[in-house]
Amino acid sequence: MIFDIKRYTIHDGPGIRTTVFMKGCPLSCFWCHNPEGITRRLEIAYFEYKCIGCNSCVIACPLKAITVDEDGKRNIDRSICDGCGICAERCPTNAIKAIGRKISVDELIQEVERDRVLYDGSGGGVTFSGGEPLMQWGFLLECLKELKKRYIHTALDTSGYSSPEVLEMIIPYTDLFLYDIKLFDPEEHKKYTGVSNDVIKENLKLLSVSGKRVILRFPVIPNVTDTLWNVKGWMGFISKIQGLKEINLLPYHSVEEKYKRLNRPYRMETQEAPTKEILNWLKEEFESIGLKVKIGG
Amino acid sequence: MEVMERVEKEISRRRSFIRPINERIAKLRKESVEKEVKVSSERANLITQFYKSELTKGKSMAVQRALAFKYLLEHCSLPIEDGQLIVGIRGTGVKEVPTYPEICVHSLEDLEILDSRENMPYRVDEETRNLYRDEIIPYWKGRAMRDIIFESLPKEWIDAYEAGIWTEFMEQRAPGHTAGGERIFKMGVLDVKEEIRKKMSELRVSDPEYYEKMEELKAMDIAADAILIYAKRYAEKLNELAEREKDPSRKEELKKMAEICSWVPAHAPRTFWEALQHYWFIHVGITYETNPWDSFNPGRIDQHLYPFYKKDIEEGRLTREKAKELLQAFWLKFNNQPAVPKVGVTAEESFTYNDFSKLNLGGLREDGSDGVNELSYLILEVLGEMRTLQPNTAVLISDKNPDRFLIEALKVASGGFGEPPFFNFDDVIVKMLRQGKSLEDARTSGVSGCVETGAFGKESYILTGYFNLPKILEITLNNGVDPITGKKIGIETGDPRSFKSFDDLWSAFLAQIKHFMDIKMKGNDIIESLYAKLFPVPFLSLWIEDCVKRARDYNNGGARYNTQYIQLVGLGTVTDSLSAIKYHVFDRGTLSMEDLLKALHNNWRGYELVREILKNPEKTPKFGNDDDYADEIAKRLVDVLVEMIESYPPSSSRRAQRRAYFLPTTVHVYFGKVTGATPDGRDAGFPVSEGISPVQGMDRKGIAAVFRSVAKCDWNKTGGALLNQKLTPDLFETEENLLKLAQLIRAFFRLGGHHVQFNVVSAQVLREAQKRPQDFQDLMVRVAGYSDYFVNLPKGLQEEIIARTEHDVV
Repeated sequence: MIFDIKRYTIHDGPGIRTTVFMKGCPLSCFWCHNPEGITRRLEIAYFEYKCIGCNSCVIACPLKAITVDEDGKRNIDRSICDGCGICAERCPTNAIKAIGRKISVDELIQEVERDRVLYDGSGGGVTFSGGEPLMQWGFLLECLKELKKRYIHTALDTSGYSSPEVLEMIIPYTDLFLYDIKLFDPEEHKKYTGVSNDVIKENLKLLSVSGKRVILRFPVIPNVTDTLWNVKGWMGFISKIQGLKEINLLPYHSVEEKYKRLNRPYRMETQEAPTKEILNWLKEEFESIGLKVKIGG
Repeated sequence: MEVMERVEKEISRRRSFIRPINERIAKLRKESVEKEVKVSSERANLITQFYKSELTKGKSMAVQRALAFKYLLEHCSLPIEDGQLIVGIRGTGVKEVPTYPEICVHSLEDLEILDSRENMPYRVDEETRNLYRDEIIPYWKGRAMRDIIFESLPKEWIDAYEAGIWTEFMEQRAPGHTAGGERIFKMGVLDVKEEIRKKMSELRVSDPEYYEKMEELKAMDIAADAILIYAKRYAEKLNELAEREKDPSRKEELKKMAEICSWVPAHAPRTFWEALQHYWFIHVGITYETNPWDSFNPGRIDQHLYPFYKKDIEEGRLTREKAKELLQAFWLKFNNQPAVPKVGVTAEESFTYNDFSKLNLGGLREDGSDGVNELSYLILEVLGEMRTLQPNTAVLISDKNPDRFLIEALKVASGGFGEPPFFNFDDVIVKMLRQGKSLEDARTSGVSGCVETGAFGKESYILTGYFNLPKILEITLNNGVDPITGKKIGIETGDPRSFKSFDDLWSAFLAQIKHFMDIKMKGNDIIESLYAKLFPVPFLSLWIEDCVKRARDYNNGGARYNTQYIQLVGLGTVTDSLSAIKYHVFDRGTLSMEDLLKALHNNWRGYELVREILKNPEKTPKFGNDDDYADEIAKRLVDVLVEMIESYPPSSSRRAQRRAYFLPTTVHVYFGKVTGATPDGRDAGFPVSEGISPVQGMDRKGIAAVFRSVAKCDWNKTGGALLNQKLTPDLFETEENLLKLAQLIRAFFRLGGHHVQFNVVSAQVLREAQKRPQDFQDLMVRVAGYSDYFVNLPKGLQEEIIARTEHDVV
């Protein structure tokens, strides 16, 4: 199950790339900017601004899960909706959209092959993102193998939350890892992402000895990840591991709108992006332990 | 106010690009940009005096035309912009535009409209109106080419023209569509005169065309003398000015300029400055002789000028700075000559002051090696720093050109005014070879006008008119009737409700196109032969090979290669419409033909939901999303249309091959106005798609998908196809992004794309400009194969540009 394929992506690894967004993630970070990637099943999103009020969806829904409230807004009762997607099919303007589609390895390869000429000319390739791609590791492994057979560069954007055995199977077919590090303290990590980070740290050590290129990705979330305590924690950890050379700082931006479409609560309190000063401070800190730092992906 | 901040940032970024090299250029630029455009009656007056005089008596048509040209250059005024380094101007001053009553005589109403219209007016003073009323109109009415043309065309042609099936390029402007080659930069007028003399001595009376050829050669010789007289008059005037000049450095300069004008154009230029002045005299001559389409252009200018530049630098006569100043001065000469005032349909199809002179940069040299040199970069700098409406440029990209060239050009494009456009030069060569040109002529070819390929200096490739494909689909869906007028102007291809399959519709559509194409081609030949017989252009013929060698006029097949183009418009709209019908009516049965026709007839009233679905790229396959379902239709259309056009035998007078272009200028707005609702969900009256771009706002999968869709069609069978893309400024923001864009363009060209150009401007800025036009006077955007001031565009065109999809960073 994937939820998007984006072409001409230029921030997810070297060259010009196609990024495949896979659905399902074991984490649920407060700031997650792809909330539609968290659950594994098909989901219905409602884009209010596109709605022309034609009621096609209300009529179409076999479970009568869609109602009209007094403001004329359509409401999807998520407790009734089973994600069959009929409403989305009927909606003339895509105000209701089914998020997620099943795709076979062959189909996926065919789609990403469309931009082969872009990868060849730019040293680009395919990036798997999500969601957490490792959750669907069987599918992922097959895709990666097929891509390598075709001499296409592969990258994996991962939280690192998976069993080491899975990671070891994936490593030989992946040229680049975009590896998220969030909160250093396991308890804090659990608070903001829903899971502990022990396995993430272990997997990072495993990766660092694989000889594959790893770019760390650090989401800069004001007052959450950009604290002195957190940054120093990671710095200490990273400097003990050999083979980690690069880090990207990903400044937070609010995506509240995306949560509204899915009727999900947005748990982030701040809407503010990190300041330039904070970003520069982080850059200096990480540079001080020999990392190549880039602001942005 | 985050939005406002962003708008301000974008605007100040755009403005920061403009950098005239010094005070002098800044002053000249200011005058050039800010001055109002005005109709100048001098040329109309002189040409009328000449034709009324005894001077024409007993003279052949060619000689009459040459004498008229000479009369003009003997009597025209000789304006010199204060501080300019290059002299010569068509008209009586900066942005004072002459008229050509022998081609199209403006009526008093026309002059009134030109003077008073809100967008892009041409001011007409009282004196000009009086002159028109008393002298010009009475003499030329019925004698002008336009009157003769309309008199000669069959009724069926006029009907289709009036319905907006096509436009006609030659009704108000003379054939042009050619560019200068090496010849101009290597030969002086005296050298050409020597060629003429030799050719005359070779002519034998036994040649059945002896008289015509001899007359043509005589005419060429007179036209050559005319430009010598013009230059001599300028040299004298410059000397006079020098004598009166108080400022010693300007005095020296004026003397130097007088010297230059005494050498060129009589002799081949020896220095960089001379080369620029030499070309400019010829440019003025050609655009004074007639009002040719696409003005004229120096072609592969970086290569033509490079030897002069290199030699001057080596011998210490020139610095890079001085060369830049001269180029900036030269640049403004183009901008000082707005397009001739057009009226009616011609104004609608090309609604701009831009006269489409296009300077080509990069590409390959004649021997196939990399053509980029220091001047290519210097001229790119000038382009970015001058930011004037004219001239236009073309960046020719071959695999052999360095990335640096592409990236420097992208940096200029990031300034957001739509220049320069990018062309796939390796495929330009393929196009030329397919048309039978020699490899050397293919490598020295280039792009003029908007995206039109041609063998520079050797080809007359005449664009004959835009061709409205969506309108013909509308007529097909109405069984030959134009639903707007109720007139039956097509043929009966069957009631669409009786069509059993998509193939039935396809065949009906093609039959309908063929019907109109037959009429258009007939008209093309009539008009071509009228120009061949009645309208020789001896001066232009001096510079295009092999007119002198063949003793034949440019308008009569004298050029080495002769081509006639039809410009097809609305590929996106027609593809999406056919795709919608195929998908919903025939493949899925989700919509009946009956309902569709009713919906179209009612312009969607009562069928709003149907329209929403037809307009929705996720519900209806659309061109531009790398969806083979729709793209296949576009590809097939391109194939069959090219095949149809090329199936016509060569034209009667010039023996021109028939070819296809896909480009619109501004005609997509006019064609949209005359076309009812279309099955792609488009409202009646809304502009049709432009060039080969996807329908505005329908390409939702990003620029890579657009490139893939477009590249599925075989553009090498055409002469060129125009693709507009709107990108957000952040795609151009870092070196890394620029490199990736460069790689994207290279990939597009490897796939077979012909051309792409970018509007680097956000919709927010455009909306803001609509609200406060006074603050956005300088906001230039890409329209079609040229850029224009956004606030000067008619509302419909503004909306169309805003509606184009904006691709951003992913």
